[in-house]
Amino acid sequence: MNDSPLPIIQGPVCPLPIKTYDRIVIGHGSGGQMTRDLICQYFLPNFSNPSLSEGNDFANIESRPGGRIVVSTDAHIVSPIFFPGGDIGRLAVSGTVNDLSMSGGIPLGLTASFILEEGFAISSLEKIIRSMADTALEAGVPIVAGDTKVVEKGKADGIFISTSGVAWVPDGLQIGGACAQPGDAVLISGTLGDHGIAVLSARGELGLETEIKSDVAPLNHLIQSIIQQTKDIHVLRDPTRGGLATTLNEIAEQSQVGIILQEKGIPVHPIVHSTCDMLGFDPLYVANEGKVIIIVPSDNTDAVLKTLRSQKYGENAAVIGHVEEQPSGRVLLKTGIGGTRLLDVMSGEMLPRIC
Amino acid sequence: MRYLEEFRDAELVQNILSKINRTVKHPWVIMEICGGQTHSIMQHGIDQLLPAEIELVHGPGCPVCVTSLELVDKALSIASRPNVIFCSFGDMLRVPGSQGDLFSVKAAGGHVRIVYSPLDAVKIAQQNPDKEVVFFAIGFETTAPANAMSVLYAQSLGLRNYSILVSHVTVPPAMHAILGSSTNRVQGFLAAGHVCSVMGYHQYHSISQKYNIPIVVTGFEPLDLLNGILMTVELLEAGTPKVQNAYSRVVSEAGNIPAQAMIKRVFQDCDRNWRGIGFIPQSGWELRPEYSRFDAEKRFEVENIQTRESEICISGQILQGIKKPYQCPAFGKMCTPQNPLGATMVSSEGTCAAYYRYARLEMEEHHE
Repeated sequence: MNDSPLPIIQGPVCPLPIKTYDRIVIGHGSGGQMTRDLICQYFLPNFSNPSLSEGNDFANIESRPGGRIVVSTDAHIVSPIFFPGGDIGRLAVSGTVNDLSMSGGIPLGLTASFILEEGFAISSLEKIIRSMADTALEAGVPIVAGDTKVVEKGKADGIFISTSGVAWVPDGLQIGGACAQPGDAVLISGTLGDHGIAVLSARGELGLETEIKSDVAPLNHLIQSIIQQTKDIHVLRDPTRGGLATTLNEIAEQSQVGIILQEKGIPVHPIVHSTCDMLGFDPLYVANEGKVIIIVPSDNTDAVLKTLRSQKYGENAAVIGHVEEQPSGRVLLKTGIGGTRLLDVMSGEMLPRIC
Repeated sequence: MRYLEEFRDAELVQNILSKINRTVKHPWVIMEICGGQTHSIMQHGIDQLLPAEIELVHGPGCPVCVTSLELVDKALSIASRPNVIFCSFGDMLRVPGSQGDLFSVKAAGGHVRIVYSPLDAVKIAQQNPDKEVVFFAIGFETTAPANAMSVLYAQSLGLRNYSILVSHVTVPPAMHAILGSSTNRVQGFLAAGHVCSVMGYHQYHSISQKYNIPIVVTGFEPLDLLNGILMTVELLEAGTPKVQNAYSRVVSEAGNIPAQAMIKRVFQDCDRNWRGIGFIPQSGWELRPEYSRFDAEKRFEVENIQTRESEICISGQILQGIKKPYQCPAFGKMCTPQNPLGATMVSSEGTCAAYYRYARLEMEEHHE
């Protein structure tokens, strides 16, 4: 019989919970300490601003006299989340800054809510947060409030970001989709289809690689530069999903006017053009995330074009058409070889052609 | 890729148009075979630029449009099975079967994937050995070589989980069917450039001679199309019907011989039902018996397919050049690209879809 005591190496202990993870786990959405840690470690240092630092459930935004407030909200899902020229973070900030800017107003602040899928790499989250912070800094618009939720693996696609924002529109500006008038000129701030083609080619499903980068960018400074020059602007709208064609149809319908485009004048990057031709896409229906359609009285055309071209994100701006009374609610395209055709809205998802 | 711009040059277009204007003396009905040509004609507004004497009618060359309802229903049935990954070109997803389309199968949980090449489907089969991967092999002669290659590639990889649902159709029998019909109006053909790039155009001489009709191999850009129309009009006016090639930068008389050999190795002639047109003997291709294990129709027993076509839709007459979309009572009303009654409204190459998209306004004016 062995009477030596049991070798006790250490006393009874509880295993300590792991404090650091390299992936999102359900606990990050508990609202408890792990959520707090996630916020303190990643969100707060990047989004730092006085409103956010107050730590309330609400954010204070100073009111201004002599104008009105506009609000906008947008949900962002994109695959892949990192693509040439941007990522879902830059997209989420630019998307709402741009929607707000289409009022002609000055964006005052954004909120962001995150839906994270269990298992999402924290390094990717950090990269996205930094990108949002950089874009917000570029736009000069603070992210003043936020929220984070975690869903079980398989119930989301990595990360969804929803952003909302408010902007202040000074008195005297009346810009909207219903304000286009016969005689107006239609301008675009740059080349069309870059975002859609960049994202599609980043998915690696096209069987081809392109050098095209997404145009995703905040346009508030570009738009303010035009407004400083003239208050007489009828429509500002960003041709995102559905592209230029779909957005112009919305405007034609809202304003009850006909919009006539000149195919020759429409700026399209040669790579986007040839990629679209190969796949059976039309660049006029491909998404943009850093472009704006500007409709102004024709007297202002040259001045607005000059201003646009002198600004970042407006270098390739062009006059692409004009507004007429008829055909009301429709968009026509004068083709490069002299024909005329209807430019309709996109009917569903854009589908690649067979041959 | 600069070549695209050069073939859309407005000045050169004007030159050819004035040549056409000088040449044409009589009214002519010319059919472009291929849906890609129809799309390009409408996209650039070429039909509006032609002299009134020339009427373009649109042919049956849209593979999405002519794939039989029975095969679409078979596709829906196979794609709905839990163990299947069903791969298709994007165009095919919105084609209505008797009940629903591939999009609705996808929404209901079916694994439906858009691919750009059948070889991508083979890759998916390699990556998913526990799933049955089926590729919807539709199309004319143009897509046949790649589909044949996918079968040979899957065979060389020893894949047992790859099959294709074959719906191949061929152009010359359809031309015979159109020209042999008592209601035929077509006096000249623009042959489909892409089909001819594979098959050549030697097989068209006998058709041209039999029916006394000019056939001009034609491309897809505005200058290609106008050049094809000019050559057809010249032959018609001179009364010298024969086969000519207006797309020589791509097409040779003999075609792509290795591609033809690959087609011959894997496929054999068969009868086909064309959606909207009906039965045409020896108008398609099916897998040869030695490749029957790659045949999805044999691998999946798809029975009790009862098809039901819309009673209003006139896509058959449209595909034969007998009627134009605006002669259909449903066009633009009950039948739109969002809610297509027939296949010609689905694909961007379909005649009704091209009219809806590009020329609806003219038609409204026409009726007002």
